[in-house]
Amino acid sequence: MTHVSIQSLTKTYPGSSEPSLDNLSLEIASGELAALLGPSGCGKTTTMKMIAGLLEPTSGDVTFDGRSVLRDKPEHRGVVMVFQNYLLFPYMSVAENVGFGLKMRKVNKVEIDNRVNDMLALVKLPGLGKRKPSELSGGQQQRVALARALIVQPKVLLLDEPLSNLDAHLRFEMRDLIRSLQQEMGITTLFVTHDQEEAVVLADKVALILDGRMKQYDSPDVFYKRPVDKATARFFGGQNFLNGNATNGQFKTSFGVLDLPIDCRRGTGTLTFRPENICVTGKTTETNTINAQLVEKIYLGTQTRLKLAVGTEFIHAVVNPAEVENLEQGQRVNIAIPPESLWVLTS
Amino acid sequence: MLGRDGFGIRSFRILSGIFLIVWLVLPLLPLAIWSFAHGWFYPSLLPNQWSLKAWEYALSDTAGVIDSLWLTIGISLAATFLSILVGVPAGRALGMYKFPGKGLVELLILAPVIVPGIAVVLGIHSIFLYIGLNNTVTGVILVHLVPTLPYMILVMSGIFANFEPAYEAQARSLGASAFKTFWYVTLPAIMPGIVVGGLFAFLVSWSQYILTLLIGGGRVVTLPLLLFNFATSGRNDITGAIGMIYILPGAIILLLTARHLSGRSGAVGGFGQI
Repeated sequence: MTHVSIQSLTKTYPGSSEPSLDNLSLEIASGELAALLGPSGCGKTTTMKMIAGLLEPTSGDVTFDGRSVLRDKPEHRGVVMVFQNYLLFPYMSVAENVGFGLKMRKVNKVEIDNRVNDMLALVKLPGLGKRKPSELSGGQQQRVALARALIVQPKVLLLDEPLSNLDAHLRFEMRDLIRSLQQEMGITTLFVTHDQEEAVVLADKVALILDGRMKQYDSPDVFYKRPVDKATARFFGGQNFLNGNATNGQFKTSFGVLDLPIDCRRGTGTLTFRPENICVTGKTTETNTINAQLVEKIYLGTQTRLKLAVGTEFIHAVVNPAEVENLEQGQRVNIAIPPESLWVLTS
Repeated sequence: MLGRDGFGIRSFRILSGIFLIVWLVLPLLPLAIWSFAHGWFYPSLLPNQWSLKAWEYALSDTAGVIDSLWLTIGISLAATFLSILVGVPAGRALGMYKFPGKGLVELLILAPVIVPGIAVVLGIHSIFLYIGLNNTVTGVILVHLVPTLPYMILVMSGIFANFEPAYEAQARSLGASAFKTFWYVTLPAIMPGIVVGGLFAFLVSWSQYILTLLIGGGRVVTLPLLLFNFATSGRNDITGAIGMIYILPGAIILLLTARHLSGRSGAVGGFGQI
């Protein structure tokens, strides 16, 4: 069990004026599974390499249980990184790949064989030890890569986009496998991804990095309910942003007044709410009911997306297709936005 | 149609195979016949008399052919070994990294292939004179690196251009030291290049004449020098016998490493890299 602390970590590559990673600080509690989320090129992989010791930071520190590890060579840090393209050694069999870390630690052959077999069973690939990596499917290769990392019982496990190369049906299988093994072995784990869904589905806590800076570090649901700013909300699929003024538990918009939850910010700002929290209703009695005109309706199978016009503003909603079956474009409709789903961002 | 096409390709393959064999082997045939001839005069198609005398002489102690064979093997192996030692890191630098002046370095490495050996060796000769390397085996080995290194470096830079350095990072993060990473991960990946480049280096060193003659100063007598002596003195039978001995290592190496020369290894692609 290792508590990882990243302190003001900065990396500027030689010949570049802009830092690839700017002043990142992050605490990952012992045994926690954290995600670094951000668009491609935001410095996620750079961060991982610096934790693994494969890259030297320009400034800042990385500590494990309070001790700086920057001076430790990568092979002595107890950090194992699983790369996005798995990087199984092509000249070795599956068993040799999985046993590689133990061989480097001079564990005797009989014990390596036993532990490799146990590990292959754990990742549900029993009996495939003699195969070459090229004879395995992508999902199998990833499980071998995971087994190869876990067998050395690292202090810290780093995963680079662990689910992004997998088919939809394999993603959940792999997610469950990673989570259960990580929980069972209690390994502090950090993974990077550009896919917010991957982060939400897998992580205990998510760190969102935009433009080389960390925006927010919270459990996944907070990003949906209480984003820190517009860019964060947008990254998680937020579409509704109304400018106005928050006073006395109410928000004044261009088309009217909406009731706010108690813990909201005051003053001028931007009101945001999730498209999926909007209800289409026949009644006008519910709080925050607005009369809007349907501008666009897109059927997506399991949900329907609506674009609604209220005065000069547009509101986006995602609803159950059955609720809006009879609704035609151009028609007027009442929508309700529950006060607890509203959140004010300072602009 | 399909059958006809298949037939066409197959007969083309067989024809080109025959053509290659004829082209490569036929010129050697007179050499082989000469080594067993005792007088072979125009217009006879075959020697008037057969004899093993040339072989007896070539393999005897007095001729020095066997000594010269061992010396040549030793020099070529040493030049190959040194080429690998220098060529692997140099090929890595050129194949994997960008650095200022890279184009100039590439040009300098290629230069010995373009510039005539005699021009290069005259300069080296005067430098070796200062450090006392002329007329020594060490000097000959070192001067052989001039033509062998470009081949080695070219092949290795091609190999490293296709090498994924993240494999090394992966090995390090799994607990391998820098040396073990090279031994278990990098070396197996670049082995085809080392074999092909080493083969080139060996054969280039094996066939050096001018460089050996000038730096060795006639004291270091390798097989090509010996062969040239007999060829110019008109002893066609002994030239034939030594010629056959001279071809042998090349043929053996080629047969042993032929599978590494297949396009699959990607090593030959190295020539397209620079």
